Amino acid sequence: MTFFLQLVVTGLSLGMMYALIALGFVIIFKCSKAFNIAQGHFVMLGGYLGYTFLVAAALPLWASILASVAVAIVLGLAIERLALRPLLGKPVLAVIMMTIALAGVMEGIVIVIWGGEYKTYHDVLPAVTLQIGGVSIPPESLIGLIVSGLVVAILMLGFRYTKIGLAMRATAEDEQVTRAAGIRATTVYAVAWVIAAVVAVVGGILLGGVSGVAIPLSEIGLKALAVVILGGLDSIGGAIFAGVMLGVLENLAAGYLDPLMPSGGGLAGVFPFLVIMVVLIFKPHGLFGMKRIERI
Amino acid sequence: MSLPSGTYAETYVQDMSLLRTKAHWLWAALLLVALATVPVWASDSTLTLAIIIGITVISVHGLNILTGNCGLISMGHSGFMMVGGYALAIMSARYGVPFLVALPAAGLIAGAVGVLFGLPSLRIKGFYLIMATVSAYFIIHWLMLQFRGFTGGTEGISVPTATIFGMEIRGNVAYFYLIIGIALLATVLAKNILRTRAGRAFVAIRDNDLAAEVMGVNLWTYKLQAFFIGCVFAGIAGALSVQYIGFANVEQFPFINSVWYLGMLIVGGMGRTAGVVFGALAIKLLEQTATKIGPSLAEFTNPQAAVGLSLILPGLAIILFLIFAPHGIYQLWERFRNYYQQWPF
Repeated sequence: MTFFLQLVVTGLSLGMMYALIALGFVIIFKCSKAFNIAQGHFVMLGGYLGYTFLVAAALPLWASILASVAVAIVLGLAIERLALRPLLGKPVLAVIMMTIALAGVMEGIVIVIWGGEYKTYHDVLPAVTLQIGGVSIPPESLIGLIVSGLVVAILMLGFRYTKIGLAMRATAEDEQVTRAAGIRATTVYAVAWVIAAVVAVVGGILLGGVSGVAIPLSEIGLKALAVVILGGLDSIGGAIFAGVMLGVLENLAAGYLDPLMPSGGGLAGVFPFLVIMVVLIFKPHGLFGMKRIERI
Repeated sequence: MSLPSGTYAETYVQDMSLLRTKAHWLWAALLLVALATVPVWASDSTLTLAIIIGITVISVHGLNILTGNCGLISMGHSGFMMVGGYALAIMSARYGVPFLVALPAAGLIAGAVGVLFGLPSLRIKGFYLIMATVSAYFIIHWLMLQFRGFTGGTEGISVPTATIFGMEIRGNVAYFYLIIGIALLATVLAKNILRTRAGRAFVAIRDNDLAAEVMGVNLWTYKLQAFFIGCVFAGIAGALSVQYIGFANVEQFPFINSVWYLGMLIVGGMGRTAGVVFGALAIKLLEQTATKIGPSLAEFTNPQAAVGLSLILPGLAIILFLIFAPHGIYQLWERFRNYYQQWPF
């Protein structure tokens, strides 16, 4: 039972990370119908920025988060304006290949600058270990839980109560009508990219604190796409629910099934992709996604 | 195809042939002679590069039929190559199947696996299909590592030397002729597949699958056919790659290759047979450039710079082509050709 609970708890914090990445993806998709496969690479970049500011420049935590967020804002704006806007109205493949190529370039730049080595800053985040029953909650996952919960709450409130949040919801609903009503769709797209970049970079700093950063961190972005598929491409609640669910399930599968596998398992790496296959075969629009009806 | 004025077809055979004018024949002959004489002047490393480009061309032809013409975007192409590669390795190393039987068999096995993973394509498309094929790659990758008794796990399997009609294929020169020969055959085959009934059905499905279905194109058979054909090409390319290296393991077929294959279609020109060759050449040469100038960059930054650069250069090429020349090198070439064909005007 303790083993089970321990798996669930570590799965929860992994799940919140998934949810954070998926959230960025969903925000961009909802507003601009663009698929951002580079979301995981934003996270990786966040991890390395965190390393640069926290360890290399030895800034305090709040200052380095602020600095990273500033970089993320510039990056989000630049990518939207220079790379994505020329592709408005182009086929799906063009946008997807653009974000994948961006992902490749970002990964390359990270390798050139930071050498792609494993960087860690475990001791920078404050250490609080909670002990509930026999289950110990590691400090990093606790911080991860709290901060990702906070980000999600801020976003939800922002969508509900601010003017730009309203504009974003309107654009998600119907872009043409929104433009006819005098809202600049391009501003909404830019804001969406900035939010996605900021969310990812903050997530990356946390993840870097939890488990260290390395190039494979970008792979977690691919795995998070399973979350998006499971939750539905345009559902923020779905992204969070599916993220947590997938994190827990992945951990449970790895914990219980790996010992049964012929060559040591490694089920955690492939589990999200098995989920994608199953979801796409039985429920292609995800648990909470909007069903599209196609017409000629 | 735009032909110079004064080119008439008197029979259907003439009308349908790929080489219509004397100039076409001349260019084709020149190309063959040029390719045949490459081993005379080229260095060993150039031959290796040419062999790798040849393998890539074969694989991307498959992707071009599947993605460029049928519109079914596959990002698991590297995985299907892996299936073909392992199929050849297992057949020849464990069961002693001769190379000439194992190569087409590897293609067929990869095709069958492709059809299996192509089944969801009947219900989904676009981003969802991309995710299905990405999953296909990672599931294949995982299975290859799991069934260690069969596939050798992380250690991989070594492959015995291939013999064709009693001749052993050894060394870069022999492999160059073998692989460039197959790549030429694959190019002609791919071009001709696209000119058949099935090829036209693929284009109809790409342009609007619902409309195609209403007009009587059977989506079920043609989508799976596209997957089968595309993955047969991939399987053969994977098998050749494994045979050339003499060894099969999963690192030979990294996920990023699937991405670059799609990038080659974009850089070369989506849906164009000639574009495949342009794209494969362009991206592979960029990667080569990265490994050439990487070490000098490494002096300023860090030893991994070459790896980073080999991601940055092709990525930048894809980005620039997407923004400034979405129809790829093929269109640039066609514009240039039209310009000089009609030059005084």
